[in-house]
Amino acid sequence: MNSFSRRIAWTLALACVLLAGCAGTPSRVDPFEPWNRAMYSVHEVVDGNVIKPIAQTYVKVTPEPVRTGVSNFYGNIDDLFTGINHVLQGKKERAGDDFGRVLLNSTFGMLGIFDLASEMGITKDKTDFGITFGKWGAPQGPYLFVPLFGPTTVRDGTGWIVRLYTGPIGYIDNVPLRNWLIALGYLDTRAQLLSAESVLDAAALDKYRYLRNAYLRARRYQVYDGKPPPEEEEE
Amino acid sequence: MIYRWVAILFAASLALSAQAQEAPDVMVKRVAEDVLQTIRSDKDLQAGNQAKVKQLIESKLAPNFDFTRMTALAMGKNWRSATPEQQKVLTDEFRTLLVRTYSGALSNYRDNTMDYAPLRSNPGDTEVIVRTSVRRPGQAPVQIDYSMAKTPDGWKAYDVIVAGVSLVTNYRDEFNDAIKSSGVDGLIKMLGDKNKGPTPK
Repeated sequence: MNSFSRRIAWTLALACVLLAGCAGTPSRVDPFEPWNRAMYSVHEVVDGNVIKPIAQTYVKVTPEPVRTGVSNFYGNIDDLFTGINHVLQGKKERAGDDFGRVLLNSTFGMLGIFDLASEMGITKDKTDFGITFGKWGAPQGPYLFVPLFGPTTVRDGTGWIVRLYTGPIGYIDNVPLRNWLIALGYLDTRAQLLSAESVLDAAALDKYRYLRNAYLRARRYQVYDGKPPPEEEEE
Repeated sequence: MIYRWVAILFAASLALSAQAQEAPDVMVKRVAEDVLQTIRSDKDLQAGNQAKVKQLIESKLAPNFDFTRMTALAMGKNWRSATPEQQKVLTDEFRTLLVRTYSGALSNYRDNTMDYAPLRSNPGDTEVIVRTSVRRPGQAPVQIDYSMAKTPDGWKAYDVIVAGVSLVTNYRDEFNDAIKSSGVDGLIKMLGDKNKGPTPK
């Protein structure tokens, strides 16, 4: 970021903090709401002007099979971590499926570009370190919105950092290749979020709040394996 | 001549009552497959032709939802403090909002396939949850459940739960906050403004 855009970002951030100070009532799950709302505004400006247009162009100019291949490649790495986390959560059978997928797709599926396993009926699943920590009893901690990354919590963010440091792409010695792979992975994720984002735009009266509540509920649902205890009413 | 009309009417009423007797999971499957098939066979729908998408939703999806109940649930305890007129306006606006939301999303569903879990319920039940999961190429399946209630017009959905997130509950937070800061009329105005805005792309 150059100094000019940095100054814009900070001015925006400050303006939003001041505005959000009145707009949002901090709650137990979101004690940093004014700060988070400011970060959300920063995100919308940077993402909306730079990242999102790139992602939209990527979707427009890249043929669908190529994009699916890219998604599958990164999805294969996700499967590996899903397997590791299923082991950590004590779900050995499910982990077996995950590792089976990785084995099959990494070899016959050409480094994961083809998702043969799904076609053979070994379904994809998804879990991560944040969920594992939650199952181990770690509290989620305050909600955080991180610009260019999205909604998270202290617990989930910690999980994400663990993943970042253990992911295979970080071990690639060829620096330009490594950086390209990281950038492409980011673009792939962003492109996949385009349709969900348009739903959020259409559905929410207050996008920040809608996203936060949906995120926290979805995570809670996963930590409790689809059987969450009833929510406490917050007044 | 008159006998033919009677026969047609009789056939029509039989068809209607057959529909009313249809089990909720059978109904969800029928509607979902019908809508997916329609999208897959229509290039305009895939391209996101808004008029056509809206027509599809109004003709095939919307009739299966109980929007009044959805609105009442999303309003929570505020529903009773609203006048009947406010309740009607709220229901209309909320319905419009949901239809608009679906209109934007539906054209992306072409590559989806759905799995239907067997229904766990007893014959006399008037409330059930129909569980489905949506598969998209290269992605983990997303669980989508429909809370449904038996009404005189057949089974109607009153909530959709996507990956554990209830549509109605998520709106309850939104509605609650809006009512706290600007009252029921404030919420009506917010919904109205949102619905008058441009359809997000």
